[in-house]
Amino acid sequence: MHNIVEINNLKKSYKGGFEALKGINLTIRQGEILALLGPNGAGKTTLISTICGITTATSGTVSVGGHDTVKDYRAARKLIGLVPQEIHLEPFEKVINTVRFSRGLFGAGSDDAVIEKILRQLSLWDKKDSQIRALSGGMKRRVLIAKALAHNPRVLFLDEPTAGVDVELRKDMWQIVAGLKADGVTIILTTHYIEEAEAIADRVGVITKGELMLVEEKDTLMARMGQKELEVQLSEPISAVPDAIASDALRLSADGTALIYTYDTRKERTGITSLLAKVSEAGLVLRDVVTRQSSLEEVFVNLVHKADEKTSQSEDAA
Amino acid sequence: MNWTAVRSIFVFEMFRFFRTIAQSFLAPVISTSLYFVVFGAAIGSRIQEVEGVSYGAFIVPGLVMLTVITQSISNASFGIYFPKFIGTFFELLAAPISFLEIVLGYVGAAATKALIIGTIILLTANFFVDFTIQHPLAMVGFLLMTTISFALLGFILGIWAGNFEQLQIVPLLIVTPLVFLGGSFYSISMLPPVWQTISMFNPVVYLISGFRWAFFGTADVPILTSLLAIVFFMMLCLAVIWWIFRTGWRIRE
Repeated sequence: MHNIVEINNLKKSYKGGFEALKGINLTIRQGEILALLGPNGAGKTTLISTICGITTATSGTVSVGGHDTVKDYRAARKLIGLVPQEIHLEPFEKVINTVRFSRGLFGAGSDDAVIEKILRQLSLWDKKDSQIRALSGGMKRRVLIAKALAHNPRVLFLDEPTAGVDVELRKDMWQIVAGLKADGVTIILTTHYIEEAEAIADRVGVITKGELMLVEEKDTLMARMGQKELEVQLSEPISAVPDAIASDALRLSADGTALIYTYDTRKERTGITSLLAKVSEAGLVLRDVVTRQSSLEEVFVNLVHKADEKTSQSEDAA
Repeated sequence: MNWTAVRSIFVFEMFRFFRTIAQSFLAPVISTSLYFVVFGAAIGSRIQEVEGVSYGAFIVPGLVMLTVITQSISNASFGIYFPKFIGTFFELLAAPISFLEIVLGYVGAAATKALIIGTIILLTANFFVDFTIQHPLAMVGFLLMTTISFALLGFILGIWAGNFEQLQIVPLLIVTPLVFLGGSFYSISMLPPVWQTISMFNPVVYLISGFRWAFFGTADVPILTSLLAIVFFMMLCLAVIWWIFRTGWRIRE
């Protein structure tokens, strides 16, 4: 699998001195779905805008499909589709005309078959002659995607595609993204919904305060960073953890029917064997044993906290 | 050069024009007809000939210029300001096009609309007064250069404007007075000497004078001066646009 987007030491600072991007290095592989996760104001949108040519970088380079996005912007941008975060559409325009316009703007000759395919794929074909202002919010978002896809881009940037979208539409959106991936489109999406990254991404990057904290395979990330929980369900509820087995890692569920043990999968000894032995020594009868992977959310919160600590430390030092 | 993009912008803009056909065509035609009724028929019948031409005919070039100038500015400024206002401007920035394509598309469409309206007004004028055009080629040339120049000016305004008020203020406070005082409805020679001198600082005087020369062969200022003035103005606008695109002023801030 070769790399389709390469970002080298990309920096962006604004006039006031605010550094939105502090030297981002990132390589995106062809055909993958990369989720960029980060809190509001982390620099996600700035990163995307800089790659797509909406803002200019202060320093650093970006290449898409081997074309530099500044020196060879025409070739680079032809490969890129961008779905912005806000719904920016001409209210009085017909759906099909605005999609045609986007296709033309990217230098692709008019091709009604392609437009029809895209509109059908996004369930917009019935609405093709409707004015955009007559569409629902979800439909408008689909129009934005249709516009971004109109010139058959190889890389699609989705900036918070499901911000403020209801659950059903979010699931729809995920399906659309999966369909695009199946067509071989590389997808970079920003989100602050961890659930979203967890559900559809191949890799996850975490951005906070203009820095890319990490980029990893979603599964590795969760395995590496994640703690697991072992839930030992008891046949009889108990009122307190017996002294013999008490430890910091062990707590009792609220209803007293389960012992919850948190452990680190990276450690050589997880302590499960001895725990289970002690549980039976204490005379407790087990009903079931369940293990749970901690969610990406916890991983994310951990990382962002670490970043916060780092900045406050360096501020203290200064 | 991405000609497909230029054509797309042009077609998209023209679509908007035809969608709002009443506003685009009827408004200027009605207002011009009113000028003819008021100035040409009602008042004009009491005014003697100006420079050998009946007053009704005399105001035709000025009226066409008045409409073409205001239309070029408003079409171009609105055309480029609207995407900024509703946020679709990002698409132009992310597209594989240079600013040259953006200018060609928007200014081309704005100038075309103004030309169409200018032609309609000339045809409307025919219903009210008799006139002949002595130098048709020069007339077309002046008309083209004027529409393009003022569409360029409108484009600059649209890029500059931060809200609808700013979009209106320059046409309203600067351009309209300059056009009205530029000899649309009178010959500069009818003014007292002091005002004749002051008028020479009004760039629109040169445009209207040149345009009127193309119709009737008489002018307030030498035709070559008019030509130089319009070329200079066009170059000035192009230079400003070049600078805007060079620096990303109000575009990529």
